[in-house]
Amino acid sequence: MSFSWARPYEPKQPFMRWLDERLPLPRLVYGAIGGGYPVPRNLNYWWNFGVLAGLFLTIQIVTGIVLAMWFYATTGGAFNSVEHIMRDVNAGWVIRYAHMNGASFFFLVTYIHIFRGLYYGSYKAPRELVWILGLVIYLLMMATAFMGYVLPWGQMSYWGAQVITGFFSAFPVVGEPLRVWLLGGYAPDQAALTRFFSLHYLLPFVIMGVVILHIWALHIPGSSNPTGVDVKDEKDTLPFHPFYTAKDGWFAAMVLLAYALVVYFAPNYLGHPDNYIPANPLSTPPHIVPEWYFWPFYAILRSFTVDFILPAKLWGVLAMFSSILLLFFLPWLDKSPVRSGSYRPMFKRFFWLLVVDVLILGYVGGAEIKPFNVALGQIAAAYYFLHFLVILPLVSKYEKTLPLPASITASVLHGEEQESAPAGVNTGNKTTTVAR
Amino acid sequence: MVRKIGFLVGLAFAGVLLISLFVGVSEYISSPPAPTAEEEFHLAPKPLHLASDGPFGHFDKQQLQRGLKVYTEVCSACHALDHVAFHDLTQLGYNEAQVKNYAGSGNYWKTEVPDINPDTGEASTRKALPSDHFPPPFPNEVAARAANNNALPPDLSMIVKAREGGAAYVHSILTGYQNQPAELIKKFPTAKTPANLHYNPYFANLNIAMPPPLTSDGQVTYDDGTKPTVDQMATDVAAFLVWAAEPNLGTRHTSGIAVVIFLLFGTVLAFFAYKNVWAEAKREVIVTGPLDPVNKAKRKSASRKAGIKG
Repeated sequence: MSFSWARPYEPKQPFMRWLDERLPLPRLVYGAIGGGYPVPRNLNYWWNFGVLAGLFLTIQIVTGIVLAMWFYATTGGAFNSVEHIMRDVNAGWVIRYAHMNGASFFFLVTYIHIFRGLYYGSYKAPRELVWILGLVIYLLMMATAFMGYVLPWGQMSYWGAQVITGFFSAFPVVGEPLRVWLLGGYAPDQAALTRFFSLHYLLPFVIMGVVILHIWALHIPGSSNPTGVDVKDEKDTLPFHPFYTAKDGWFAAMVLLAYALVVYFAPNYLGHPDNYIPANPLSTPPHIVPEWYFWPFYAILRSFTVDFILPAKLWGVLAMFSSILLLFFLPWLDKSPVRSGSYRPMFKRFFWLLVVDVLILGYVGGAEIKPFNVALGQIAAAYYFLHFLVILPLVSKYEKTLPLPASITASVLHGEEQESAPAGVNTGNKTTTVAR
Repeated sequence: MVRKIGFLVGLAFAGVLLISLFVGVSEYISSPPAPTAEEEFHLAPKPLHLASDGPFGHFDKQQLQRGLKVYTEVCSACHALDHVAFHDLTQLGYNEAQVKNYAGSGNYWKTEVPDINPDTGEASTRKALPSDHFPPPFPNEVAARAANNNALPPDLSMIVKAREGGAAYVHSILTGYQNQPAELIKKFPTAKTPANLHYNPYFANLNIAMPPPLTSDGQVTYDDGTKPTVDQMATDVAAFLVWAAEPNLGTRHTSGIAVVIFLLFGTVLAFFAYKNVWAEAKREVIVTGPLDPVNKAKRKSASRKAGIKG
């Protein structure tokens, strides 16, 4: 698809040839994730996280389908059916813990994937649509995760649904009717639970569809790389299979190991104890918090404490939505022609400041409301907006970037002047083995 | 255009945040929040070590049996255990006959299960069967509150998972009852423990509705000769509640170790496969190496000449 030297699919077995002539599905797969997709040879391990996100999406869909076989989406039955899965269904506990923590790992690898894109300028031309489709996936993930968290109908499920649908009531005039329409009632109840279950089952497949578009859009210009330099010729690339399947393979095995450690030995570490209490509309938990992957946004929401022209709650909701929506404009906010942060000294410093800033927002979003935390969150939230909307455009205008390598191949030269000659070939050089 | 609008939006949000910060800080300085009794006197749970802790942890069945006895004779008067069935008790080392005897003989478990009279259809009760879940002590929330000064004793089947601190929290609550410190009343005269509540520094707001359930050593007689001190009974019932919250914990640990060993093995194999696949590509980065299309062609023809297939 992307480069002229991309290997065409050549079926060897008669059956595959027969199939290819009628339905070229193997050809599609070969060109997308097989030997037919040339990838820059210098990708580092930060490029493994896209495949990992796909892996965790698959795990979520498979475990989710099995859980749905036992789950009752009723306000009286949901909590008990989850406990029935945990106690009485064969291996139900491992499926449920895998699904619960799979969501956390899905977000973790997706966050690393997004920050890799931010650092290496993967959102820049000609990959703007890859970035935008990725953000669409991320928004769908957030919606899916939120609705999934409501399903067990524990205390945090119920009050989380109450708080998050309450965002909509911040908007004047249309807000409250909109909230009632979304919930199917004045408070989360049977109608909300059933529709959340229906959508929670639907959206992962929508995500899968957008993932296909995301990969399709990626394969037109081909993958970016740590230098940000365009691929110039065949020597700059390696076929995806076997090189990157092997690299992704061992890395995925290692991440699965970390996932297994959490699922089997600390399955409730990332959760909240209150969600093991059945939902009770009459008793508000003292400390309502979303799951950890929403903490930075929750911190932004809570940082607006003053009614200034608009009510504080509306400011918070607008800021929270804006904090994600502004990422859609990133390709046009950062106009620097240099993609990779490695060659942008000023950008690099601000990037790491942003990483620290988001971690602080995460901490504040999960912590109790105390004067110090609130103040810290306000400073961090202000930096978040200034970073993307003020600092980044200015940096891209005034920054003096470092010289780029001539090519990808030149950037990975290890200084070997001589290569050992392959069997039977006289290259005219001394046949000494070069140690790296 | 995008950048101009962005610039203004960014400054607006940052501006409102700085106003919020300024207002918050000046409020804090003009009227700093008063310290509360909870902040100063609430204690984190005391450390508790159980056989089920850690990645290799498994339940100590003797201890679970003692804990069941404490639950049966003390806790079950007020607290339900909704999610546990009598037949689950076989996991504590009892055989079928013992479970049947425990549930239905009336010697151990006394609360009966709601039923209907098979002849008249009127509401009645019957003795529990192994297939029943533990019947609750009160038929509904109103009855439970009416019997407990309007406090609702929570269901205990998931209490260990549903409280920060887990088993250690349960143990600390059970052993943490004490007289309210004079210091506290002196400093916070309004925070005096109200009548019908009991001072317990391990409880979030320091005053718990539950009267001390374990009051004296020997309150429960253990069959295995363990000395039933208050601390021992609290530890045993906490261990029992860990089991009640997650009966599959032992299986989880055992299978977890198998999965981790499997994945460790798989990761190492996959890593060497990766090293193997990349060996040539990593070494060959300059144009004269084996991946050079020219050299590839040369190698192919050389192999063919030498009679090597592949």
